[in-house]
Amino acid sequence: MKRDIPLIITFLTGFLCVIAFFIPHPPFGDLQQRFLVWYAIVAGFTMILGLDSLVKYNVKKITQHKPGWQYSYVLLFGLALVLVTGFQSWFKYNTPFELRSSFMYSYIHIIVPLQATMFALLAFFISSSAYRAFRARTFEATLLLIAAAIVMLGRVPIGEMISDKIPLRSDWLLNVPQLAAKRGIQVGVYLGGVVMSLRIILGIERTYLT
Amino acid sequence: MGIFDRLANLDRRLIFLVIGLAVAVPIILKIKMPIRISSEVRSAYETIENLPEGSVVLASMDYDATSAPELTPMFRSFLRQCFRNKLKVVYTGHLAIGMPLAQFDLDAVTEECGAVYGVDYINLGYRPGFTAVMIGIGREIRDFFAVDYKGVPVDSFPMMKDIHNYSDIALIVDFAHGQTAEYWIQYVVSRFGVKMFACVTGVMAPTLYTYLQSGQITGIIGGLQGAAEYEVLVGQPESAAFGMPAQSIAHLFILAFIVFGNIGFFITRRKK
Amino acid sequence: MFQSIFILGLLAQPPANVAAFDTPNDEGSSITVTWEPSPADSGNLFLFRGYEIYRSDTPTGEFKCVGFAAAGATRFDDSNTDIQDGQEYFYVVRALTSSGHEDSPVAGPVASSAQWFNTQRVNVLAITLLISALVIYYIRRARAGDRLFVRKIAGLDAIEDAVGRSTEMGKPILYSFGLSYLNEVWTLASLSILHRVAEKCAEYSTRLLVPHYDPLVMSAAQETVKQAYAEAGRPDLYDERDSPFLTADQFGYAAGVDGMMMRERPGAVFWQGYFYAESLILAETGHSVGAIQIAGTTSVEQIPFFVVACDYTLIGEEMYAASCYLRPDPQMLGSLKGEDLTKAMILVFLAGAAVLGTAGVLSSHFFDYNGLNVLFENVVQWFNTF
Repeated sequence: MKRDIPLIITFLTGFLCVIAFFIPHPPFGDLQQRFLVWYAIVAGFTMILGLDSLVKYNVKKITQHKPGWQYSYVLLFGLALVLVTGFQSWFKYNTPFELRSSFMYSYIHIIVPLQATMFALLAFFISSSAYRAFRARTFEATLLLIAAAIVMLGRVPIGEMISDKIPLRSDWLLNVPQLAAKRGIQVGVYLGGVVMSLRIILGIERTYLT
Repeated sequence: MGIFDRLANLDRRLIFLVIGLAVAVPIILKIKMPIRISSEVRSAYETIENLPEGSVVLASMDYDATSAPELTPMFRSFLRQCFRNKLKVVYTGHLAIGMPLAQFDLDAVTEECGAVYGVDYINLGYRPGFTAVMIGIGREIRDFFAVDYKGVPVDSFPMMKDIHNYSDIALIVDFAHGQTAEYWIQYVVSRFGVKMFACVTGVMAPTLYTYLQSGQITGIIGGLQGAAEYEVLVGQPESAAFGMPAQSIAHLFILAFIVFGNIGFFITRRKK
Repeated sequence: MFQSIFILGLLAQPPANVAAFDTPNDEGSSITVTWEPSPADSGNLFLFRGYEIYRSDTPTGEFKCVGFAAAGATRFDDSNTDIQDGQEYFYVVRALTSSGHEDSPVAGPVASSAQWFNTQRVNVLAITLLISALVIYYIRRARAGDRLFVRKIAGLDAIEDAVGRSTEMGKPILYSFGLSYLNEVWTLASLSILHRVAEKCAEYSTRLLVPHYDPLVMSAAQETVKQAYAEAGRPDLYDERDSPFLTADQFGYAAGVDGMMMRERPGAVFWQGYFYAESLILAETGHSVGAIQIAGTTSVEQIPFFVVACDYTLIGEEMYAASCYLRPDPQMLGSLKGEDLTKAMILVFLAGAAVLGTAGVLSSHFFDYNGLNVLFENVVQWFNTF
């Protein structure tokens, strides 16, 4: 019974969404909209689950003095700081998103630079991986190497300065062989998705109920 | 270890240093390069140009600071083009942490263009639910966005009077650093038949060419190169256009490293 | 002088051929009004401001403004909540010119109604039914005892080796869903892989770390691990805090997982889910700590990064096949077979359509015969009406 109820809910919700796609007549559209709104509300509240887990995990690290436990203090302090500034800005300006607020100050001067720095690291990682990976070991690897060189040059102005044919070749690579391979994988992926959804609606796939 | 062994196994810290300089020096020296306009960016630009005055454009801000250098120039150019053509912009997003970022550009460009909040544009803020929100707007936008980002009822703004669902929206433009653009296409464009084009990061752009070829989207503005092209088309080249020389030179250096690596690899292999 | 009179003459013309009809394929309470643009609608907002749409219950009664359509528009969907299905309405479209306004003749009566089937979606229904029928057919055949073959998937076979190697080295295992959400199909596929990994970890008494990006996925994963440990007879090994939520920020998550790898030095790492630009940062760090890495993603653009940096990669739908592969019961295998056959049919159809399209072009070029071209266009159109 404990497993049957979620299976029935899954079947009814999934089936109703499929029906509402084909049958516009009431009450299907209305019911589907209601489910969508419920989903959005539940999705919002799940952040509390995350908060609970994050605090538990870091408190455990501090109490057990696991490697790097000092950083957990930084994390918990950061969490408290964002919450306090958020509420303070809300009370003061009726919204935390007022540009002069303390919440936005912490967003602009802490979160934004940290995020940007993390992403910027990617340029260095990609350079070093490209250097290690693009070796003409085999015929296929050589093709990959040539294609990569053309696309890398074709996507920047210097490619056209070297030869006006490079951007055209780069466009061809992107629009013909790249798309052909990608479509092949995508057809499989989306078809797999359809069949997986069907298995879930019919209750054959139950891994998520464990 | 001989010189060719070294070439085949360069210390990655050396690569990091050279790439850092290759990006920094052109920016410091303010080098300029000509920008070629690609067909997918021109087609995106023309989609907006061909909209009648007063049309509503839904902008979805699905990026954060990580991809701001690529997407912010696109967003600013987009706003300029919309306000210049007297279009109305409704703006929302599916990434809570990115929404305040776009607010800066919105404030800066609206001031520059003299656009008025609630009349020419509105910020509906973030709602959790992602695809559920996308599909739900197809029936009634107020079911999810009864108030704007500051909690003011949307019905109190004149521009929202006639906006209920996708049949009132002429175009969707997604600014995305993830898969959101594909979700917009799959859940909204296919289902509700709304026109759309996507502004995405360089790494996401190739994913969308399938949809461009099949006519499901009208254009792609991809990566810093796309942003630079769009800035040139809108007639106000800014950070993207000035960033392209740095990207060009960084690409050249990466290619040089690949060539060195291969030379070292072949010669050491032949010796063995 | 004559020019001004000419312009005024143009501005005086109202929209023509105004038609009002029930909006097709909808749930009622909506009427569509169409018109031919006023000759004054030149696209210049100073000369022409747009159209106002008016509605009334009677042709001579008081008309109420129900909406505005921008200059250049020729259609308006009146889906205001006060429209009653079955009630008759009349419409007037007013062209707003710089010098005033011009009203069209009254259109109507028209009543809205809800439809029982969206005729634009016949193609989707046909394909949905076909796929469902094939899947159900093969499930029945598998249940009836037919032996169905599934090819080897190296990435899934390597799970046991990876966990075993990690155990020998005395190191934990790390499993990541990437930036997946619970409403995504690949997340559910990944849960079945996690179940197998957790079973093996419980069997070998190896610690399993599962850092999370989404709280809902975290709850489902915690339950999955708990269940797998219980099934393996080691519920005592389960610790909820080894499956923590890190952050819902992309690079914050990448930094958190990287930090966890650097501190815990896992012997095996599983990247199973949806990944974006952080994929290479994660996989490179995994490589640098010497872990055996098994990746699986449907994110086409990240597959090359994983192929370069990991030992095994499940590509695209191999991930979806994982639950069938790991739990080969008739229902699962049957659905997999149905999917394969659908794919084969799509391939045959694509090849057929390519031949038809090419033959159409050739026949019209050499024999001046256009029939095949028309047939091809009809096929394309059938798929486009969505």
